[in-house]
Formats: sequence, C-alpha cells, structure tokens
Amino acid sequence: MRVIFRKSYVQDIQLFRDRGQAFWYLLFAAIALAAPLFLDGYFLDELSFVFIYAIAGLGLMVLTGFSGQVSFGQAAFVAIGAYTHTILLTRYSVPWLLSLPIAALVAGLVGLAVGRICGKMHGLYLAIATLSIAIVTERLIGGAGDFTGGHGGLSVPEINILGLAIDESWKVYLLNFVIFVGCTLIVRNLTRTRSGRAMIAIRDSEVSARALGTNVAFFKAYAFFISAVFAGLAGGLLAHAFFYITPETFGMGESIRLLLMIVVGGIGTIHGAVFGAFFIVLLPTVLSWVKIVLPSAVATSGGFDSLAFGVILLGFILFEPDGLYGRWTKIHHYFNVFPMYKKRSFQRQKTFLKTERLR
Amino acid sequence: MTALSFADAMQLFVVGLSQGCLYSLIAIGLVLVYKATEQVNFAQGEFMMLGAFVGYQFIVLMGMPYWLGAMLTLAFMGAFGYGVEALVVRRLTGQPVFTVFILTLALGIALRAVAGIIWGFGNYLLPAPVDGNLTLGPVIISWASVLSIVVTAVVASALYLFFRYARQGIAMQALSLNQLAAFYMGIPVKRLTSSIWAMSAIFGGIAGLLLGPMTLVSTQMGFIGFKAFAGAIVGGFGSIPGAVIGCLLIGVTEPFFDIMFPTLKGIGAYLIMFLVLLIRPQGLLAQIYAKKV
Repeated sequence: MRVIFRKSYVQDIQLFRDRGQAFWYLLFAAIALAAPLFLDGYFLDELSFVFIYAIAGLGLMVLTGFSGQVSFGQAAFVAIGAYTHTILLTRYSVPWLLSLPIAALVAGLVGLAVGRICGKMHGLYLAIATLSIAIVTERLIGGAGDFTGGHGGLSVPEINILGLAIDESWKVYLLNFVIFVGCTLIVRNLTRTRSGRAMIAIRDSEVSARALGTNVAFFKAYAFFISAVFAGLAGGLLAHAFFYITPETFGMGESIRLLLMIVVGGIGTIHGAVFGAFFIVLLPTVLSWVKIVLPSAVATSGGFDSLAFGVILLGFILFEPDGLYGRWTKIHHYFNVFPMYKKRSFQRQKTFLKTERLR
Repeated sequence: MTALSFADAMQLFVVGLSQGCLYSLIAIGLVLVYKATEQVNFAQGEFMMLGAFVGYQFIVLMGMPYWLGAMLTLAFMGAFGYGVEALVVRRLTGQPVFTVFILTLALGIALRAVAGIIWGFGNYLLPAPVDGNLTLGPVIISWASVLSIVVTAVVASALYLFFRYARQGIAMQALSLNQLAAFYMGIPVKRLTSSIWAMSAIFGGIAGLLLGPMTLVSTQMGFIGFKAFAGAIVGGFGSIPGAVIGCLLIGVTEPFFDIMFPTLKGIGAYLIMFLVLLIRPQGLLAQIYAKKV
C-alpha cells in the first residue's frame, strides 16, 4: 500500500493520484487503442456502445452524482442531441464535425433552460419534473412528424469526417474511444476545479453551500448544462450506432435505464459511469449465456431479462449501494491492507430521518 | 380546436372526473407512504397492476364471487405491502431518500416482469362489480365510474379524518417529522411503517380492481402511476386533500386537452404539472416551510 503524504493542497487535485495510477490508466488506454488488432467487429461494436453510454453516464454523473439533482429525464437530452445531429446531417447537409458540436450545444441549451426552471425543486419534485420532460420530449418529437419523421423514425447516414468515411467497426470504435477519453478528461478536470467542488458542496448540503457563498442556482443550472451537453454528444454518436432512430428509442424507460446505470456503476464517481456502461451494455449478452443453462420454461418467458435486471438492481441497492466501483475499491483495499481488512471501514453512516418537507 | 357542445363537454367532464378519481386513489397510496415515512414509492403503479392481476386470478381464473375475490385481493395486497416494507425497504432506513427512489423503481421493474411471467403479457378482462350505465340527461356514465368516484370520496375523507383525529394517524405523522424522536416517545416505528406500506398497497389494490374493468388488465397499466405522481405534485405531495384535488384537476383537464391538441395526446397531465410547478414549486396545498439550519 502506497501512502502519500500530502504537502500542499495542489496535491489533492492532481489529475492522477501518483505515478502508478497514471501508468495504469495509460496502459489501459494503450490496450484500448490496440483492441481492434485482436477483437472482431461484434465486440468492437459492443465496446463502442459502452463508450457512448459512458459519455451519457458521465453527464448524468455530473448532474446526479456531483450536484445531487436526481434526473429521470436524461434520455430527453440524448434524444434532442440525436435528432438535431441527424436532421442537420440529412436535411441541411452540415459537415459532421460541425453538426455534432451543434447538437451537443442545442441539447445543452435546452438543459440550461430546464435547469434554470428546475433549480428551485428538490428530490421528488425534481425527479418527477425531469421525468415529465422525458415523456413530453418523446411525444413532441413523435408529434412533429413533418420535421422529425414522427413515430416512423429517421435513418442516420454514415459518419463522414472531411471526406473520410468512418464505415468500419474499428474506425467507429476508435472515434468513440477518442471522444470518450476527451469527455472523461473534461469531467475529471471539472471535479478538480472550483465549479465541480461547488457542485459537490451543493450535493452535500445546499444550506451550508449557500452560507459559504456558493451561487447555488448558478451551479445547479451549470450542472444541468454540462450534463445535457454530454447527453447530446452521446445522442449524436448513438444515432450512428443505431443506424435508425425513433422517438420510442429515447423514451422514459431509457431515462430510467441511464439512471440505474450510474447507480449500478457507483454513484458520484467517474469510474462508476464507465463500469455502469459496461454493465448495461454487456448484461443482455451475459443473460443470453445464462439462459443456455436455465430450464427452457424460465428462459423463454418474455419477462426474464427485465426480471434479472430488476433483481440485480435490488441487490445492488440493498447490499452494495456504492455500486461496482465501490466493490472494486473494497477488493483493492482488502489486498492493500491484507491481514487487517475490516468490513467496518466501509460502513455507511446512518442519518435518521428528519423531514424533507422543511425546505 | 373543434367547438364542443355543452353535452359533450359535460360528458368529457364526467369521464375525466372518474379518471381523476382513479389517479387520486393511486396518489393517496403514494402520499400515505410519503406523509408517514418520507419515502417515495415509485412502484405504486405496479402495486395497482398487481392488485388487478390478483383480482383477475381470484375472480376470473378461480371463479370466486366478486366481493369475496375483491376482499381476498385486498388482504393479499395488505400482506404484500407489509412484507415489502419489512423485508426490503426497512434495510434502507437511515440512507438517503434517493436510494429508496431507485429501490422502488427496481421493484417496479421486477414486479412487472414477475406479473408477466405468471399471467402473461396480454390484455385480460376483469368484470366490474356493477353493470350498466347511469343516464343523467345527455350525460351517460357507467356505474363502474360512479363506483370509483364514490369509493375515492369515502377513502379520501376517511383517511383525512384518520390522520387528523386517530391516535395511530397522529403517530404516523410524528414518525415522518422525526423518526428517532418518535421512537423515543414510544411509537412502534417499525410496525407502524410496515402498516403504512400495507395500507398503501391496499389502496393500490382498490385502484387496480376499479381500473381493471375500465381499461384491460395488463402489465403496462402501472404506467398511469406516473400521472398519479403528476397529480399528487400538482396538489402538493404530503397532503391528502391536495393530492385528491390535484389528481381531479389533472383527470378533468386531460380529456379536454387531448381533444384540443390531438397531436399532443397523453402529455396534458405533465404540461399542467409543469405549469403549476412554475407558479408554485411546492404544489397547491403544500406542507413546506422554510428550513432552519
């Protein structure tokens, strides 16, 4: 176990904790870059999905994990991003490199407006308000049939960057990977700066954050903006991954899936978004392997997948609320302090209920 | 917008009223849990669906008389709600409210899948306890809708009185203000919390039994729970009269909205909710006060 003596505050907010950590991340990045050499198209496509969902998850992590605003409406921003991007590409033949940032920005501005309105709300009210945004967005896209293709959907053209067609799995994979790494660095840097720490302060106690002079309304809206930009970006990439988008793709269920994703991954951590994305993308594959072993009566009934999803989630909330990343840190810690591991060191503090109505 | 004749408007109003009553039965279940334990049950719509399916099992598949089947359903729902609290939700006592959101969402997903596995994913017909229609001049309303209005009125006023006057009801409110203090004052916190979930599940069951004959019984029927949420928010979560008023408002305006804006069908409830939240973020009849540090 490496013990780091901190001699200055700057050490607290370095990009990597120490050289060992930097080494591991760079090694993983190198492996991920080399992956097309030894993986076939199917796995590369799956990994592309993981990266895209991780981008959306990072956005939701900023909103829910860092600034503490539970949003059930993330899919709305994903949808806005996906539709803006596709419409710009097909209808106005905007170049790809321009249309993706515009799509992200449009989603971000809608997010900013929503954040400005919803900043006053708390917990449950915010959850339902954002949920209704997801439902309303889905319906509006479906209703504006002339412009968005309605419920029939839109087909998405291939990626074409400055005349270079990104048409094979490994090219798409690398593109998604590069964007994902960029997004991760942005979120990591956000947590190191004043704004990120302000968001975390708001999450932990809004009253004390305000007492310390944090502009609560501003940072709440800012968190909404960032999260919607990421969602829009993910939406644009997701549209290409799906080839064909319909409003139903980005319905309420998708919002809830995104939220559950970051919970399973580990809420409030950057790793959590990535682990959650791996979980949600690879779960159907793993379940299809599990089904081979199960008796056919159970395996063929239509509800098996969602039942497994629900039960796994219940298990996480009850037994591992810190998610996959929490489990990983515990295993890591176990080997670090090998004979001295105490379960108690990770016990969560209980706070007995005092009413939320008083605010 | 098409012009509505007075009779048509009255017809829509009555239909909306009975629909709003069903929303408020679900919302009452939600508010009950929220009022007493500050937890939010996102699976309330699925509780309603389970109630409808259990009723279908007893009344249609096992051929029991309606009222016996209904009573057994409610008993089952009570036991189910009690069990859910005692076995699952209780483990999260002392954790942030957010975890309960996620837990109940997951519970809802699991319940929908279980119901689908047991009863199938089709649509099933649950008989109504009373047949026929009531004709009031130009307005025709089915007795089943009248029944739902009556049941809601009775349940809501009984609950209001319960929280206002009954010893247990007041104990439940004490629970919501400060669990620890309530425990020190000798309130059986665990038992009371479980009973509240049982009550809430029973109201879900009642709503399911009433809704089953109007729409068909299916695994998707739980989604109207989200409209009940919208209604409860309009009225102010945590207040039973507020939830009922909010749900009635949503139920009554919804059919008119659908007729005026056919392309936006189905989202009227949420737009109304947004409008109310913009003007009064805490709902119409709120129980929110300024927080002291």
